[in-house]
Amino acid sequence: MSLPLFAPTDDPGPDFAALMRLSGGVLQRSNHDSAKPGIAIPHATTVVALRYGDGVIMAGDRRATEGHAIAHRAMEKVFPADRWSAVAIAGAAGPAVEMVRLFQVQLEHYEKVEGVSLSLEGKANQLAQMVRVHLPLAMQGLVVVPLFAGYDLHRSIGRIYTYDVTGGHYEEADFQATGSGGRDARTTMKLGFREGLTLDQGLELAIEALYEAADEDSGTGGPDLVRGIYPIVAAVDSNGYSRIEDEEVAERFAALISRKREERTGQHRGGGEPG
Amino acid sequence: MPYYVAPEQVMKDRAEYAQKGIARGRSLVATTYRDGLLVVAENPSRSLHKISEIYDRIAFGGVGKYNEYDQLRVAGVRHADTKGFTFSREDVDARSLANLYAQFLGNVFTHEMKPLEVEILVAELGSYDRPDQLYHVAYEGTITDEDKFAVLGGDAETITARVSESWEAGWDLDVAVKKMVSALSGSDRSLSPRDLEAAVLSRGNGRRAFRRLDDEELERLLAH
Repeated sequence: MSLPLFAPTDDPGPDFAALMRLSGGVLQRSNHDSAKPGIAIPHATTVVALRYGDGVIMAGDRRATEGHAIAHRAMEKVFPADRWSAVAIAGAAGPAVEMVRLFQVQLEHYEKVEGVSLSLEGKANQLAQMVRVHLPLAMQGLVVVPLFAGYDLHRSIGRIYTYDVTGGHYEEADFQATGSGGRDARTTMKLGFREGLTLDQGLELAIEALYEAADEDSGTGGPDLVRGIYPIVAAVDSNGYSRIEDEEVAERFAALISRKREERTGQHRGGGEPG
Repeated sequence: MPYYVAPEQVMKDRAEYAQKGIARGRSLVATTYRDGLLVVAENPSRSLHKISEIYDRIAFGGVGKYNEYDQLRVAGVRHADTKGFTFSREDVDARSLANLYAQFLGNVFTHEMKPLEVEILVAELGSYDRPDQLYHVAYEGTITDEDKFAVLGGDAETITARVSESWEAGWDLDVAVKKMVSALSGSDRSLSPRDLEAAVLSRGNGRRAFRRLDDEELERLLAH
């Protein structure tokens, strides 16, 4: 490798993706990729994001599917994008994880070259550009739909952005979910969301949303009590990104499950005996 | 009309030119301390940095002409990020970057009209199989590696003498900061946090070990 120096007229600036293209790196994507929708490719499924009083919460189940088979049980779909933001993925697992990796480097690269971080809006736009670049592959069936959320240091609030395959991105007011179980997760959050949730309440709602999604959608994994694999849950507030410990997530799931069980048995007792 | 100048003379003139340029700027010192590496520079500017982050465990220091060493800093960030993205984050090391700087500076020194008026420090925080390392690259491409401390800049000789008098292995951050600052200032003047720029590569700082010490923190470390 040589020292990457450029003339001032063709300097890529703080753009890592442009730097990789200029130096003939591994980012070159072929438009003639042979992937067809018929080929079984690992797909990552449900991820959710919601706003709470101090920031945002993001969570994702751990299952990746290949057609009707389970490809991975412990896949990670929620990542720190940088210190103040998180990104979650749904869609074709391979390109999605690669997109996250590029996005993470892009944000850090900008910060180091320029000496300051991008604004949250700027980060969201960067991710949109990456999704747009990916469009030709999405047309061939390798759809990647990320979810981006972070803490806006200028405005001191948590913000959530959703994306479509064309790179269109939209800011969400309160919550959003994407992936195959997204619809069920969204419904749960819609019913449970209130303004100014505490971290505790927010985590409970996110976990319940994933539970309901796994309950209705075969592509979404629930808590795996046998292997001890639980969804990844993270919060971003004014102190930055922090992942919630597995033990805590496990406890919350246990509480949720026992509550559900009680509700069911209660229902049976109440409505069991006809007139 | 072609004329002949002895190569010795050419090299001597270039070296003198570069040294003069570097001597116009302020110096920079780096040392190991208990939790990692500390770099301190005399720099009244808050935005034109002499010390910067290159990668997870690598920091950059430059003295001399700002535009010249800043170009090298950006090239270093690009090299490290490209390498880390292509291979893995663990495969990015300071030695290969210091070698690239040395080759580039050596090349410019022998082949270009004007040598670069800079000296570069590449500091790497040790990990499981690498010790803490300070690479000092001079304007003509000479590279030296230090495992205790390094001094860059025009006044290097006197500052080196002052540092070696007081240097201790594994000292605490506040002691190291005080000694480094007094080595930079000498006995006849004193430097306040406003005149200084400082940063650490600290083992307790997570993946990205680089952290700047702001005025407030410097003030606290320099107190009493």
